Amino acid sequence: MTRFIERHPAWALILLIAVAVMLWLILAVWPPGLEEAIGRKRVFLNAVFNGITLGSLYFLVASGFTLIFGLMRNVNLAHGSLYLFGGYIGYAISVWTGSWVLGFIIAFVGVALVGVVLQIVVFRRMEGEDLRQTMVTIGLSIVFADLMLWAFGGDFYQIQTPSWLVGPIELPLVTAVKSSGEAVYLRYPMVRLVIFVAAVVIGIAMWLALNRTRVGMMVRAGVDDRDMLAATGVPIQLVFVAVFALGAGLAGIAGVVGGTFQSISPGEDTRFLLASLVVVIVGGMGSIPGAALGAVIIGLAEQLGSVYIPTYAIVVTFLIMVLVLALRPQGLLARR
Amino acid sequence: MSLVQGAHPQTTQPAEGARAALLAWPEFNKPAVWLVAVILLIMPFIASGFFLIEIFATTLILGTIALSLMFLAGYGGMVSLMQLTIAGFAAYMVAVFGMSANTNISLGWPWWLATPMALVLATAFGTLGGALAVRTEGIYTIMITLAIGAAFYYFTNQNWAIFGGHTGINTIATPKFWGVDWRSDIPYYYVTLGVAAFCYFAVQYVSRAPFGLALQGVRDNPRRMAALGFNVNAHRVAAYAFASFIAALGGVLQVWNYRQISPGSVSVGACIDILIIAVVGGITRPIGPFIGAFIFVILRTFALDLLVKFGLDGNRFRLLIGLGFLAIVFWSSDGVIGLWERWRRRATATDKRPGGGHGHG
Repeated sequence: MTRFIERHPAWALILLIAVAVMLWLILAVWPPGLEEAIGRKRVFLNAVFNGITLGSLYFLVASGFTLIFGLMRNVNLAHGSLYLFGGYIGYAISVWTGSWVLGFIIAFVGVALVGVVLQIVVFRRMEGEDLRQTMVTIGLSIVFADLMLWAFGGDFYQIQTPSWLVGPIELPLVTAVKSSGEAVYLRYPMVRLVIFVAAVVIGIAMWLALNRTRVGMMVRAGVDDRDMLAATGVPIQLVFVAVFALGAGLAGIAGVVGGTFQSISPGEDTRFLLASLVVVIVGGMGSIPGAALGAVIIGLAEQLGSVYIPTYAIVVTFLIMVLVLALRPQGLLARR
Repeated sequence: MSLVQGAHPQTTQPAEGARAALLAWPEFNKPAVWLVAVILLIMPFIASGFFLIEIFATTLILGTIALSLMFLAGYGGMVSLMQLTIAGFAAYMVAVFGMSANTNISLGWPWWLATPMALVLATAFGTLGGALAVRTEGIYTIMITLAIGAAFYYFTNQNWAIFGGHTGINTIATPKFWGVDWRSDIPYYYVTLGVAAFCYFAVQYVSRAPFGLALQGVRDNPRRMAALGFNVNAHRVAAYAFASFIAALGGVLQVWNYRQISPGSVSVGACIDILIIAVVGGITRPIGPFIGAFIFVILRTFALDLLVKFGLDGNRFRLLIGLGFLAIVFWSSDGVIGLWERWRRRATATDKRPGGGHGHG
């Protein structure tokens, strides 16, 4: 942090001002002139919160993608299919048993198992051939998409939100002040906040697992130099399988989460594949904190864009990617 | 540049001119090539309108777009998934600048003005995308170009002012001049054949020109080429520009064929189809994409009947394509061409063995 400020004082200042402006926009009661210029504060706050919660969903998908890429150099273009598959499993289980939590757990385990099978049966056979592996994931994504279309049809499914998460919650953020001087507070769906908290918890857990455990040390060493790690006697194939399972499982639970607060249908796989691609390009490939930062940026850009410039929202997302590629091709938080 | 030319045997004597031309185009030595050329030329007399347009013209168009990917992937080592997006951009530009039923969008320019405009803009678009993609290397190219393609798809879906939203632009005017309706089956077939042949020979030529050789050097060892004084990134961006132009030509043909363009035509699935076509055909030679396109079109057209005949669900066409693609990627890194060559080498090897030959394929 301090090193960043020392090296890039101008950027640090710009960032600081941006954060301050953002905080003021969120916390302060907007003066009437501002409300006239860019609309009600409630709309803005909702867009910001939607952006952050969408970003947390993107983080769940993209963190698995970036983890797999970082260790195995495998651009898993079937990652969106894993997301969709998790969503369908979660839907089927929650309808069958009536338990959302059970659907969540089984989706994680089921998709992780798919990941294990993929790693052992397919990717181990073509280790080191990056391009061929990527091609295989493309073929797999086509096959998975068609199989899922076969099994579940083209309908939209929405996973039932567990009853203890239904309903809005009042946040201590003032959106407006009534003429009587009474403050109006922001009401926001509980389930989205829980998802955000869950994503933060998962993110911190991943960071701890990667930086404070023995297995995490192996994974980090593998990201830096795979061959050297194998030479020191670490069972690298086992590490690969574990990481692939974890990454796939994260995509699976992201599917359940996405199916709960949005919906799942054919085509969502592509949408979330694109989201994870852009998130890891922006954040830095192979970096978990990068995925978190990229996810929040892209989620915010998407939601704020669709509120304030509806027909060009996707362009904003894209421009961010272009800007990052132009200024820092390796991504915002990548080391190399 | 002199190094590259020096490595090439120079045949400057006038008497050897004809032979040198043949050496430069080895295809012309084989009777099979002439046979295919003649069949393609007299195709309108063999095939009916449906086969002519739905099978052969479509094959040539998809083959042309996939050819641009083959050029980038085979000679430049850059697997770009946005080639269909560039073609779709050209198609949209034809619709926007030319005449169509959506009069509030189309500017109504005549075709001879709208088409070059579309080609130029699409080439510029592809070059910009390429300039972006070459900022990173290797495997990242796929990710960035896929992101560009997907972003374009979602953008066309969202944008009503220029791209007509998810309904797209319909009833696009096609060229009519010299008393010929160039969209009627037979003239249109010859147009696509002409464009495809032009692109094929252009790629063939460029691959042997100094630029193409330098590009292949960049593919094999960028650091060494940079040390030799070649501008690696400039070569790559130039390759994108050339490939974009070819893809744009394919896109113009496609919009003339369907007379409409909508986001569905530039979807991510369609982008990936182009990759499948190129890989299944083989990305080491320019003929590969056309073979791949032919297989793809035949499968797409007849898979339904065939699957139903075997008592299976006819809607599982994409499953078939996906599995076929997986099989090709698993067993042959060089697509159908690679399989064919391997088979022929084995055949010649077994032929020679009884005669006491050495069997060096």
